[in-house]
Amino acid sequence: MAVGTARRIDTGEIMRRYGILIAFLVLCVVLAVVNQNFLTTRNILNVLRQTSINGILAIGMTFVILARGIDLSVGSIVALAGVVSASLATMATTAMVPGGPYPAALAILAGLAVGAACGAVNGVIVARFHVPSFVVTLGMLSAARGLTLLYAGGRPVPNLTDSYRFMGNGSLWGIPMPVVIFAAVFLVAWWVLSQSRFGRQVYAVGGNPHAARVSGISVASIRIWIFVISGTLAGLGGMILAARTGSALTQAGIAYELDAIAAVVIGGTSLAGGVGRVTGTLIGALLIGVMNNGLDLMGVQSYYQQVIKGVLIVAAVMLDQSRNRRD
Amino acid sequence: MPLFEVEGLRKSFGGVMALRDGRFRLDAGSVHALCGGNGAGKSTFLKIVMGIESRDGGRIRLDGREVRFASPREALAAGVAMVEQELSPVPAMTVAENIFLGREPTRAFGRVDFARMNREAAELLGRLGFHLPPDRPMMDLTVAQVQLVEIAKALSHEARVIIMDEPTSALGEAEAGHLFDAIERLRAQGAGIIYVSHRLSEIFRIADRWTVFRDGCHVAEGSMAEVTRETLIQHIVGRPLAEEFVKENVPGPETMLEVEGLTRERLIRDVSFSARRGEILGIYGLMGSGRTEILECLFGLAPDRKSGRIRLDGREVRIRSPKDAIRAGLALVTEDRKGSGLVLTGSVRSNITLAGLEGLSIGPAMNVRRERAAARRMIEAFSIRTPHDALEVSGLSGGNQQKVVLGKWFLTEPRVLLLDEPTRGVDVGAKREIYRVMSDFAGAGGTVVLVSSETEEVLGMADRIVVIRDGRVAGEMVREAATAEDLVHLAA
Repeated sequence: MAVGTARRIDTGEIMRRYGILIAFLVLCVVLAVVNQNFLTTRNILNVLRQTSINGILAIGMTFVILARGIDLSVGSIVALAGVVSASLATMATTAMVPGGPYPAALAILAGLAVGAACGAVNGVIVARFHVPSFVVTLGMLSAARGLTLLYAGGRPVPNLTDSYRFMGNGSLWGIPMPVVIFAAVFLVAWWVLSQSRFGRQVYAVGGNPHAARVSGISVASIRIWIFVISGTLAGLGGMILAARTGSALTQAGIAYELDAIAAVVIGGTSLAGGVGRVTGTLIGALLIGVMNNGLDLMGVQSYYQQVIKGVLIVAAVMLDQSRNRRD
Repeated sequence: MPLFEVEGLRKSFGGVMALRDGRFRLDAGSVHALCGGNGAGKSTFLKIVMGIESRDGGRIRLDGREVRFASPREALAAGVAMVEQELSPVPAMTVAENIFLGREPTRAFGRVDFARMNREAAELLGRLGFHLPPDRPMMDLTVAQVQLVEIAKALSHEARVIIMDEPTSALGEAEAGHLFDAIERLRAQGAGIIYVSHRLSEIFRIADRWTVFRDGCHVAEGSMAEVTRETLIQHIVGRPLAEEFVKENVPGPETMLEVEGLTRERLIRDVSFSARRGEILGIYGLMGSGRTEILECLFGLAPDRKSGRIRLDGREVRIRSPKDAIRAGLALVTEDRKGSGLVLTGSVRSNITLAGLEGLSIGPAMNVRRERAAARRMIEAFSIRTPHDALEVSGLSGGNQQKVVLGKWFLTEPRVLLLDEPTRGVDVGAKREIYRVMSDFAGAGGTVVLVSSETEEVLGMADRIVVIRDGRVAGEMVREAATAEDLVHLAA
C-alpha cells in the first residue's frame, strides 16, 4: 500500500518535471515510426533550421518572462533590424544607404544595435516609468513596424551580398549556420541563467522584485537589460531571416512574438516570473518545430497545425498549474 | 450542550498527515483561543471547518446537529464566519461594497441600493468602533484598515460562530483595542468566538478558554483563569521553556550608529537617536507612527528622503539605495516576510545568498561551490529545518523562513542589524531562537535596532527604547526604568 502510494507520487512528479521532454520524445518516436523520412539527417537539419529563428527569439523571451515581463515587440524588431541591416548589405542600385554594400560584419553590427536600441527603449520605459511591459512592448510592436515601413519606403530590401547571406545559407561542418548560431545563443543563455550572478538576479527580480530590491539588487537595471537581450536576439533573428531569403521584407516577423511566447510557456516557464529554465524553452521550440514538420510530412493541412499548437500551449500551462496547486 | 463541537478531524496531503485528531468545544458566549506553533494543524482545521478543504474523517456538530459544509458560503449560511489571515479585498471597490460583496441590497430590477448599503456599512462600522468612511475605495486604505474591513465583513453576517485567524497581525494597539471591544460585545450577545493568535498577551486579555494543537493533534485544553503563560507555552512547544527571552548582550561604550534629524516628507520629522556597539535599541510605536519608515530611510529604500545625517562608527555615510546600505554594513529584516523578505519561488539556497551574490562570484560568474558552502553554513548556524538547500523556501514554516532571511543578512557580515517586527507570525519556539540570534549578535559587538509593536518584546530584549509617535521621537527610556504602561502612554 505504502509502496504503491510512493510509486504513484513518483510518476506524477516525473510527469510534471519532464512531461514536455517526454511528450517531445514520444512525438519523435511516433514520427520516426510513421514516416521514414523523419529520422534522416537532412530532415533533422531541416527541422533545426526551421526552429532556429523562433528558438533564438524564445531564448530572449525566456529572460523577459523569467523577470515577470512580456515582450510583444520581437516580431516587429525582426523586421526593423532586418531592413536596416540589409540596407547596408544590399547590392541593389536603389540602395537607400550610399556607398554600399558594406562588409557583412558592419551590417550585422548595425542590426544588433537596432535590436538592442529597441529593447533599451522598452526596458527604460518599463523600469523607470513603471509602465506594464505588455503595454510598452505593444506600443513598440506598432512603432517598430511603422519605422520599418518608413525606413524601407514600404519596399523589400533585395540583393544581399553573399557574405551577408552566409549566416542564413551557409554551413559550418555540414551544420546550417542558423542552427550553429541558435546553438551558440542557447549555450550562452544557459550559462548566464544558471551560472552567472546576472542570472540569479533575473530569477530574484521575477520571483519578488521587492525582496530583490531590499537585498541590494538594482531591479531597474536588471529590467532594462532583459529587454536589451530580448531586442538584440530579435535583431539577430531578423538578420538570419533576411540572409536566408536573400532580401529583407517589411512584413517579416509578423506574429513571431506569439510563437516565441508559446515556446517559453510550453517549456514550463511561469508567466508569473521567477520559475523556469532555458532548456525548457529549447524543448518547447523544438516541440513546435517537430510538430510542424511532422504534420507537413504526413501531409496534414497547415490549418490543423495551428489548432494543435493552440491545444499544446494550453495543455502545457494546465500541467504547470496542477503543479502549483499541489505545492 | 456546546454551541459548536469538533471531534477526531483528520486530513492528510499526499501522504503527510496535516491533522490527526482535531478536537474543539466552543460554548456560546465565550472566546476560545486556539493555540499552536506553525505546522500544528490549526490552519487545516479551520479550513475544514469552513468547508474550504475536505476531510478524511471526523465529525463537526453545530447546536448538536452534524454539519458538513461544502463551501464557505454554506458555512456562512449556517452561521459560521471566519476572518482570514490572508486578506482578500477587491481594491477598486469601496469599503461598503467590500463588506456587502455578493449580497448587496437592491432596488427594483436588481439595481444596487448604494445609499442603503453605505448607510448600513456606516452603522456596522460605527457599532464596532472602527472609524472608516464607507465610500472610501479599498486601495486608499492602509493594511490595518483593510484588516478592519475584513473583520467588519465577517461580523456583518451576524454569525454565531466567528473564527478569527491572527486578526491583529496588521493592527496597532489602538485598533486592536477596538477589535477587543467588539469581541466583548459579540460574546455578550451570545456568539462563540474561536480566536487564533501567536500573541499570548492578547489571548490572556480576551479569551475564556484555550485549546492547544501540536503536530496535528489536540494536546490539552482548559480555562484561561487556571493556566499560566509558562504552562501554555510548554503545551505549545511540547517541552519546558526556560525563559521566553534570551538576553545576554552587554552594551559597550562606543557609539556605532548615529541618526541625526532624519526627516521624510509627511512621514517622519527630525528623528535622532544613536545606538552603541553591543546594544539592542528598541523602537516602539503604533502602526502608522513612522517606525517602519525610519528603517526604510536608513536602508536607502525611500528615494524621497528629505534630509538627515547617518553616521556609522563615527563616519558619515550616504545611503541612496539598499546596495549602499549593505556596503556600509547595514542589514534589514523587513516586517513583511513574504512581501519583501523572501523570493518565495526561489530555493532556500538562492534566498540565503541573495544579498551576498557579489562576494560569492568571480567577475560575472557565480562560484557555485562557495555558494553551496555559504548556504550550508547558514542552514547549520541557524538550525534551519530543511531537507536540502534546493527546497523551495515557500515549503518551510514561518519560523524557518524568518531564519532564512536572517541567514541571508548574516552572510553579508553586517555591523548593524535593523529588525522590523522580526517575530511576527512566528511560533513560540522559533521566536526564542530569533531572540537568541539577536542577543548573540549584539553580544559579539554588533548593534541591533529592533522595531516592534509588542511591548513585552521591546521590554524583554532592548537595552534602551525610543518611542515614536506621529513620525517624531516621543521619548526615550532605559530598559530598567520602562514599563509597558509608559510605552503605550508615550506612543498613543
